[in-house]
Amino acid sequence: MLDPAEIDLSTEICGVSLPNPTVLASGVLGLSGEVLARIARAGAGAVITKSCSLKPRIGHPNPVVVDYGAGLINAVGLANPGVEAIVEEIRLARELTRSLGVPIIASIFANSVYDFGTTARYISEAEPDLIEANISCPNVEEEFGQIFSSTPYVAAQVTRRVKASTSIPVIVKLSPNVPNIGEVAKAVVTAGADAISAINTLGPGMLVDVETGTPIISNKVGGLSGPAVRPIAVRCVYDICRAVKVPVIGLGGVMDGRDAAEMITVGASAVGVGTGVYRRGIEVFALIVAELRDVMARLGLASVADLRGRGLPQATER
Amino acid sequence: MRAALGQIPRMSRILSINEESRTVRTFIFDAALEAEPGQFLMVWLPGAGEKPISIMDPDPLTLTVARVGPFSSALHERKVGDLVGWRGPFGRPFSLRGRNVLLIAGGYGAAPLHFLAKRTRERGCGTCMAIGARTAEGLILVDRFHGLGCSTILATDRGDMGFQGYVTEAVEERLQQYDAVYACGPELMLHAVAQMCWREGVPAQVSIERYMKCGFGICGQCAMDDKLVCRDGPVFDIEELRDSHDFGHFTRNATGRRVSL
Repeated sequence: MLDPAEIDLSTEICGVSLPNPTVLASGVLGLSGEVLARIARAGAGAVITKSCSLKPRIGHPNPVVVDYGAGLINAVGLANPGVEAIVEEIRLARELTRSLGVPIIASIFANSVYDFGTTARYISEAEPDLIEANISCPNVEEEFGQIFSSTPYVAAQVTRRVKASTSIPVIVKLSPNVPNIGEVAKAVVTAGADAISAINTLGPGMLVDVETGTPIISNKVGGLSGPAVRPIAVRCVYDICRAVKVPVIGLGGVMDGRDAAEMITVGASAVGVGTGVYRRGIEVFALIVAELRDVMARLGLASVADLRGRGLPQATER
Repeated sequence: MRAALGQIPRMSRILSINEESRTVRTFIFDAALEAEPGQFLMVWLPGAGEKPISIMDPDPLTLTVARVGPFSSALHERKVGDLVGWRGPFGRPFSLRGRNVLLIAGGYGAAPLHFLAKRTRERGCGTCMAIGARTAEGLILVDRFHGLGCSTILATDRGDMGFQGYVTEAVEERLQQYDAVYACGPELMLHAVAQMCWREGVPAQVSIERYMKCGFGICGQCAMDDKLVCRDGPVFDIEELRDSHDFGHFTRNATGRRVSL
């Protein structure tokens, strides 16, 4: 058996090096520069900010997150202080993490293809290592209509606009709520996406208080995350990695090192963690890293590159 | 794995309502829970939202709430027998130390400190309760603190009851008599308490308020420096706040933007 400590967990997304494959998922804790820095110090391989828009948003009223047992349901409604404030938070995070080598990824969203471009241009002023275009939040459908990632054509339009507005590599975050996620992946990569992250939350779903007959989430419906969605996330990452060759951040229900290894096995270069932070605390990144080392040592795999894609069909053909 | 904190709200009926003042009401519910002083619940009114509220007493569940906005107004309209949802308890509580303690409340901060005073009195600690408010009407729960066997110091801005001036000024000279100070109230008052206790070398803990969305450490909305007030707090030892950039100066609004207090 390999010595777990000797395993090389470093990985790369579009030329940006991560000390390990764990990534703080967007929307979880990533509002303040100091908290982003704390998560980087706690062992995350990269951190993604809360998604920001051109203008500040209050989001939906409480309750916005509920633990339904098998995971979380949430409809925060993309609350954020606006791109201008997030630029400052990213600069602060950068200053506090300079010595760590943990990349900072800026997540953006907008309510029109045009605004996606403007937001991408503004956020680039903060010089994040990567930009994630969140085209897949399911909680604002009433406001924005159909989500951008629901058809390959619209997803590609947004991608082209964002790419034309920044020189920073762009990750496009996809929704699992489509009939063929591989087709959406192909469309955004053809439109210039440098990387893909998947999945955003599943659903939407609903919880109702039986005593009063009231939906518990104020938005009535919310996206599902956590262990219950993991098999769908794994299938989506598998489909994406068969369809395109760009790096993929796989996320959805990853709780431990085995789950992280599973995502990498189906082709992910890095692994997002969201609900895992709720379940295991900020220590989850260091815990997953240690557990992933043990899994890889047992399998005799010395690097993330050796683990990646072992579960894809072409792995045997290569 | 940690306990599942953010589960579906429990619904409990209001058993009784007590008017503490024109704007403050105490609600007693047909529920009991295990909680420590300083912890809070996320209280849900179906259709009217959900807010963090400090626990006044866990058994039976008791909440003292001032009417300050749409949510607390909606709660004040609830009648005996109505259903109210709650999740929790959340957050880090006060940790008790010393035999002779001073509790300092600004206005409605008296409610969580009543829970703390109950515990310190049960342990036989000498407990002095100092309450400050703008006017005499804002001095709530005073009789209840006397009932627990606490001494009290009252302060009002106009001097219509007790000391005229800030509650911190009213207690400053006698601070050295106490082994520990516990405070809850507006952040500028808490900051004044911390400065006084840093200067005098008296240990102190303060309960800090922030706009909260989830309440259990996932959304990041309540960030103060690199801390999450909902989970790392709401109670902080003032030693943890010595180098704080935000404490006493900045808070975050409903969008998450850092703004001056």
